[in-house]
Amino acid sequence: MITLARWAVLIALLGVWELAAAVGLIDAFVFSSPSRIFVALKDLTASGELFLHAGVTLAETLIGFIISTAIGTALALLLWWNGRVKQIAEPYLVVLNSLPKIALGPVIIIWFGSGMRAIVVMTVLIGVVVSLMTMLSGFEQTDKGKLLLMRSLGASRMNVLLKLVIPSSLPTFVNMLKINVGLSWIGSIMGEYLVSRAGIGYLIVYGGQVFKMDLVFASTLVLCLLATGMYALVSLLERIVRRH
Amino acid sequence: MKNLLTIENAGHVYHTPSGETQAVKGLSFSVGEGEFVAVIGPSGCGKTTVLSLIAGLMRPTSGRVTVCGKDAYGGGYRLGYMLQRDELFPWRTTYRNVLLPLELKRHKSHKNKAYALELLKKYGLEDFKKSYPDELSGGMRQRVALIRTLASKPQLLLLDEPFSALDYQTRLLVTGDVCSIIRREKKTAILVTHDISEAVSVADRIIVLTKRPAALKSDYSLGFDPDLSPLSRRERPEFGRWFELLWRELNDENG
Ligand SMILES: Nc1ncnc2c1ncn2[C@@H]1O[C@H](COP(=O)(O)OP(=O)(O)OP(=O)(O)O)[C@@H](O)[C@H]1O
Ligand SMILES: [Mg+2]
Repeated sequence: MITLARWAVLIALLGVWELAAAVGLIDAFVFSSPSRIFVALKDLTASGELFLHAGVTLAETLIGFIISTAIGTALALLLWWNGRVKQIAEPYLVVLNSLPKIALGPVIIIWFGSGMRAIVVMTVLIGVVVSLMTMLSGFEQTDKGKLLLMRSLGASRMNVLLKLVIPSSLPTFVNMLKINVGLSWIGSIMGEYLVSRAGIGYLIVYGGQVFKMDLVFASTLVLCLLATGMYALVSLLERIVRRH
Repeated sequence: MKNLLTIENAGHVYHTPSGETQAVKGLSFSVGEGEFVAVIGPSGCGKTTVLSLIAGLMRPTSGRVTVCGKDAYGGGYRLGYMLQRDELFPWRTTYRNVLLPLELKRHKSHKNKAYALELLKKYGLEDFKKSYPDELSGGMRQRVALIRTLASKPQLLLLDEPFSALDYQTRLLVTGDVCSIIRREKKTAILVTHDISEAVSVADRIIVLTKRPAALKSDYSLGFDPDLSPLSRRERPEFGRWFELLWRELNDENG
């Protein structure tokens, strides 16, 4: 029933949009229309451009996602392990966390060139601080009673980490993955807005500059599908983890 | 009877940013091998602190705490500590929870695993060895926690209000269960509780602590027939007398 209603809403919205464009209520050149978007998508697919651009963005996002997750988690482990290091790092983390990473755009371009590398760096920068902070607070929320139990059993710090802290932080890890997926898309698209010669973000900017709104909407649609797909994969992982 | 635990004039002060708290002061008593001792005292008097000192989790700021002739701090002996909650790991099955202490001490030999399995069987948990803690009842979880504690063959068992998270009915049953297990396995145990009737129904001996800072107020040997179950103790005439006496002591304004 709810699924039906959801589809009905979608079809109604598309119908109204199409109709409004057809009767001239809105300017199809500026607002585009579902049929024009469909044609643009077909052209993009036929010329193979779609797969090129989607592939580039997907690669940037995935690489950025994996690197930021790995570095963020590793640093969180280090900070949990060594309280001194954590105290030293704290003010830097606060600054890094509040800094809008896009402000570093020009620096990144100069340091890493104007290709995929710069965009991956941007994606990593955006994701890494949040993954670090999320995981660190997850580690630190380990149940006090269970920590006491481990101490009374004479567990080494390594054993506390491996047998208690990491397993009990697994749900936090999955949550962090979910947040980081979203951030990685923001990072890669923002990076492509700044510099790029390929990718979905590039297509959107290009479409805007030459006023091809059909292209802009078609690219946005592809982006939606890709991002939703990746989120669905993480959700699947979550369901597997929840079942122990 | 050999002394397993000796506390000599022990004191403990907590230092916090907001000041110092003297939790224990001039406390002395000893516990012999195979004894089951209950420690009672007003709430906040320092009972958990005393257990932490015995467990060797903290060093007393004055005096000495020795277990098996060695300083307790540093943990040179096999300790079983049962906490207020069962603290079972939800991602481990019953059996793997029970094996945790053996894993940590690298004592996961065939013989020790067999002993753990035997305990599970003996106390009616064999069918649940592959279950996760959230599939067990509160009472079963406490039994699993006790078996986890026993699996590493501790020389001394410490129990810090281990049943207080259970409702009254379950609590009576589980207390009976756990205490008969401890007696059957002939363990030396120290049980901290604020429930006088619980203390009288299970212990050989009761130590009453003063208000904070905790010191020894009195020390009674109950003298019940050791074969009496906790529930049948509750029906004895001595039970009421002990209860009344201890209740007066705990509520005595002069500390
Ligand atoms: N880690 C700590 N740091 C500072 N003060 C503490 C700490 N642990 C306990 N205290 C203080 O020491 C005193 C005794 O605490 P303790 O937990 O030993 O009492 P208790 O008898 O176990 O209390 P309860 O009946 O509530 O279990 C209390 O005043 C408490 O505030
Ligand atoms: Mg306490």
